[in-house]
Amino acid sequence: MDNHILSAITFFPLIGAVLILLMPSKSFKLMRWTSVVFTGIPLLLSVRLYQLFSPASTGMNQAELYQFVEKYPWISTFHINYYLGVDGLSVTMVILSALISFIGVFASFNIQKAVKGYFALYLLLATAMTGVFLSLDFFLFYVFWEVMLLPMYFLIGIWGGPRREYAAIKFFLYTLFGSVFMLLVMLVFYFSANTFSLVELSSIMISKDYPGYLNVSVIRNAAWILLFIGFAIKIPVFPFHTWLPDAHVEAPTAISVILAGVLLKMGTYGILRISYPLLPEETMKYAPYALGFLGVVNIVYGAFVAMAQNDLKKLIAYSSISHMGYVMLGMASLNVEGMNGAIFQMFNHGIITSMLFILVGVIYDRAHHRDIHALGGLIQQMPRYASFTAFAFFAGLGLPGLSGFISEALVFLGAFKVYSILTIIAASGIILTAAYLLWAYMRVFFGKLHEQHREFPDINAIEVISILPVAILILLLGVYPAPYLNVVEPTMQKMVSIFSDSSGLAFNLINQMSHYLFRG
Amino acid sequence: MDQMANYIWIIPAAPLLGFMINAGVSFFYGADAPAGLKKLSALLSPAVILVSFFIGLGIFLEMLGHGESERAVSQNLYTWIKAGTLEANATLYLDQLSIVFVLIITGVGFLIHLYSTGYMDHDRSMIRYFAYLNLFTFAMLILVMADNILLLFVGWEGVGLCSYLLIGFWFAVPKYASAGMKAFIVNRIGDFGFIIGFFMLFWGVFHYSGTTNIAFDSLKSVVGSLPGWYLTTISLLFFFGATGKSAQIPLYVWLPDAMAGPTPVSALIHAATMVTAGVYMIARMSFIFIATPFTLTVISIVAALTAFVAATIAITQNDIKKVLAYSTVSQLGYMFLAIGSGAFTAGVFHVMTHAFFKALLFLGAGSVILSAHHEQNILLMGGLRKKIPVTFITFFIGTLAIAGIPGLSGFFSKDEILWKVYSTPNEFFPELPLFLWLTGLITAGITSFYMFRLLFLTFFGKFRGDDEEAYEEVHESPLTMTIPLMILAVLSAVSGYIGLPESLGGQNLIHKWLAPVLALKEEPVVNHEMESHLMNLSILVSFAGAFMAYVLYILKPATPGVIAKTFAPIYKLLYGKYFVDEIYEAVIVAPLLKIRLMLNTFDHKIIDAFVNLTAVVTKAISRLHGIFDRVFVDGAVNNVATFTQYQAGIMRNLQNGSMNRYLYYIVGSFIMIYVFIRIL
Repeated sequence: MDNHILSAITFFPLIGAVLILLMPSKSFKLMRWTSVVFTGIPLLLSVRLYQLFSPASTGMNQAELYQFVEKYPWISTFHINYYLGVDGLSVTMVILSALISFIGVFASFNIQKAVKGYFALYLLLATAMTGVFLSLDFFLFYVFWEVMLLPMYFLIGIWGGPRREYAAIKFFLYTLFGSVFMLLVMLVFYFSANTFSLVELSSIMISKDYPGYLNVSVIRNAAWILLFIGFAIKIPVFPFHTWLPDAHVEAPTAISVILAGVLLKMGTYGILRISYPLLPEETMKYAPYALGFLGVVNIVYGAFVAMAQNDLKKLIAYSSISHMGYVMLGMASLNVEGMNGAIFQMFNHGIITSMLFILVGVIYDRAHHRDIHALGGLIQQMPRYASFTAFAFFAGLGLPGLSGFISEALVFLGAFKVYSILTIIAASGIILTAAYLLWAYMRVFFGKLHEQHREFPDINAIEVISILPVAILILLLGVYPAPYLNVVEPTMQKMVSIFSDSSGLAFNLINQMSHYLFRG
Repeated sequence: MDQMANYIWIIPAAPLLGFMINAGVSFFYGADAPAGLKKLSALLSPAVILVSFFIGLGIFLEMLGHGESERAVSQNLYTWIKAGTLEANATLYLDQLSIVFVLIITGVGFLIHLYSTGYMDHDRSMIRYFAYLNLFTFAMLILVMADNILLLFVGWEGVGLCSYLLIGFWFAVPKYASAGMKAFIVNRIGDFGFIIGFFMLFWGVFHYSGTTNIAFDSLKSVVGSLPGWYLTTISLLFFFGATGKSAQIPLYVWLPDAMAGPTPVSALIHAATMVTAGVYMIARMSFIFIATPFTLTVISIVAALTAFVAATIAITQNDIKKVLAYSTVSQLGYMFLAIGSGAFTAGVFHVMTHAFFKALLFLGAGSVILSAHHEQNILLMGGLRKKIPVTFITFFIGTLAIAGIPGLSGFFSKDEILWKVYSTPNEFFPELPLFLWLTGLITAGITSFYMFRLLFLTFFGKFRGDDEEAYEEVHESPLTMTIPLMILAVLSAVSGYIGLPESLGGQNLIHKWLAPVLALKEEPVVNHEMESHLMNLSILVSFAGAFMAYVLYILKPATPGVIAKTFAPIYKLLYGKYFVDEIYEAVIVAPLLKIRLMLNTFDHKIIDAFVNLTAVVTKAISRLHGIFDRVFVDGAVNNVATFTQYQAGIMRNLQNGSMNRYLYYIVGSFIMIYVFIRIL
């Protein structure tokens, strides 16, 4: 099994999907537990993967530094391979994807409509997501990326809320629009270098011995920008973000969990896996604006708009936009502290937001609405639910001792070295985040309990099961983040090494500023 | 060094254990925990604090046996964060400074826990209360025992969390809940300065000395290589952080509102310990502050203003807890006044005496409130001294201590500060020390006045409530509450003697104890004669304040009303707390709330409209280029028109429940992508 562990992690859910299709359409219970098993096994396997993984596997442009590689010719005419492998960047994303897929199943237990279709699509989605994180072949990456769109589209469009059709199509067109750009860039790379292998491509590009069309600087620049737009839509980066709140509001709970927990990370992952190693020069050129500046816009803008929401789920959706801004800012720093923080923030946002969406789902199940103004005093009726929510909110606002703090601190620390002014603006996010989360918490849980809410049962066992693993993880990684950071660090060290150090400049800027102010 | 050093970890671990047990029980039983478990919690929660106290005491005793440079002990637990150049260890560190804080936190903390077992006895959520209180003690201990800034920040935010939870403890009342939120957010504004200061310090040290070690001990030896103006920026940012936690201008506004929490919480968190975190933090980094005279000058001015402004507000307040809250803000101002003069030891000395007498006063107030059936308005009290004698006597001692009546603790610590303020020259404004000293002196008089006003209105004269029966029913609190009062009263009375100044023939033990670990200014020229003169002056002022209160509230109780009418504008200004909350609301909060709505509208009306417009344009283009449609969108969205006309029929077809169809779409799309590539 260990030789094919990556394929196993990727395709186990798909086997589950096939099995579910063969089941009688009324056996809901069987389908639910089949889904549990077929997402549970990949989760166990990914834990095993983590145990076996050696942090020295720093990947990038060196094929021998990927672990558990599986490489088989797929479409030989075009040099397309079935090529999987992990390095420090992908290994944690695989665990995230397996974990979120698993807990999402429990959040899906209350689905009543077309259960068979739901779980089959759900499992297909799980396979596609994992595939994206494991592909080392650009074409394979693209295929998984596209395959992921379809189940997502149907899951929102069929099992969603009242405006599901609008939301689903908006999501679909938006992301499709993005992937067209990715396709274009992919073909440019293929027709220049005659390979789809990301490993080979990055080793060629890092050597600066540009083949074919890529020798033209304009094309490289255009490629970076097009790739960025493609990925930016997924993250989503302001101003490409408006599909996200709509998709979240309409999507069923588990799909929101997947969407925020894993899908958004594909955008930032794509940039790190493809844009960074394939176009390092252009990355250095554009990162300050496309990732640094827009990241800060995401943080501040997302937080302000979140503060204006009355729909609890929409609030969390905008908070995702804000929190993904931290990832971008960290990536833009191009130093180890910031990049490590960014990767860790991807993971932390994944688990914290999943928890938040499940908790929102809990209240939606009972109240059938999520209007913050129409709630209130719920802590009296649902004290355990209130405790979990408080935990998740404090994790979301980066309370030290919980995992989000460490990633945010690293992002700021790394970014501050390079973009001091931008980071100071971004750090105002810690105030704004506290404001919108605590304000929402107050309106939902404190004050007077409404009469019609007096019958609400507290959080139940299934719901607890779906959030407990992430809650424990949030706490553990906050107290002891080494198991995460140590795995990622060497890969980030290596990635950073392809960018020349540009940090001196901005640091001098703040020096000069202070000097001017306090010449003493 | 010695045996005890291996057990340092127990100091924070014991309250943590208490928290976990209490939290677990509270989670499972909610408010309906069996009486047995409540009793157990009331026993366990103070006990864990006592364990920490004794370990701390043991370490303190061992420290006494060592030379002054060999007293620090530390215990490395594990490497907490390691990424790139940053390495933050979970290391506990105890030296002369932190052990003082540990003993205050656990000692006073224990008494307040004990008091709480009586005070919260009838509260349904008592176990939850103790969970928070234990967690607070844990966080506060981490704050003072951290060996680096980042770990200190964990405690720093942790105490903020507990403060939030405890202010909003009675969450059914919306006003209380929003007070908790206000406290947390205002503190976060300070934290913003704190973390920026940290980033600057980290990279500055890295840039100028190549060091990446962020432990305080290591920083101490390298900050010298940073340019002065750079350090000034850093220290100003850290001070801004301190104004949040330690309630100084401009961020003090949360503390008076924080009185919404249960009264023992006001005593422990919002008077004795948490609010002194800023003082601790600056003392811990005194090596930075001492090198930045500009920042020290800023601190002095802010502190003097805070002390004075808060004291003037306290004169007019009628809520017993509000008076004490403003008095806390004012006393914290004194501590910062000491810091501003570089007299860190005097600041810490005042932290200690203040912890005793302010905890005493708050707990006394709690006893009054409980006895008076949750009445907090002192205008409706009076004559309570006969009904609750123990509370009265201890409260009286506390009042004497805070008012600076000679012989009690507050006198010594406050006078030490005033003397240091007066005798430390300022290099920017030579006249400043005199002004600061004068402000401090006047504030001392005001303090004495408002405290005696509080004392007289509460305990003397006639009962002014509407209900005579209520007065008859007033009864003394149980022993669990009065014993802590008595112990604190003794401490408030005598603890000043460990800082007995040399001008009075003392040793100033606390100064000698702390001095080796703090960066201090050069000792000013010793002038005991001048010191004695000033001391006599401040004694005079204290008595004058008390006497005025006696005249106004005992001899001629009608006068205060007349004065308030005569000076109506001033009275209204003070009673309205200088309308700072209202100004902040109008100048900061309201515009921010407006921005949020503007951006939300922008999001919907502009960006999204643009997206929809793009969709329409795409639709037109795709009509022209049918190929685009068939290749990319076909199978999923036959017609992009559905984007704008989403009620159209396509989705209905999709949703006919036929699984086969979904599969066709998926498989079909696969094939199409494949074919598309092959064609190319």
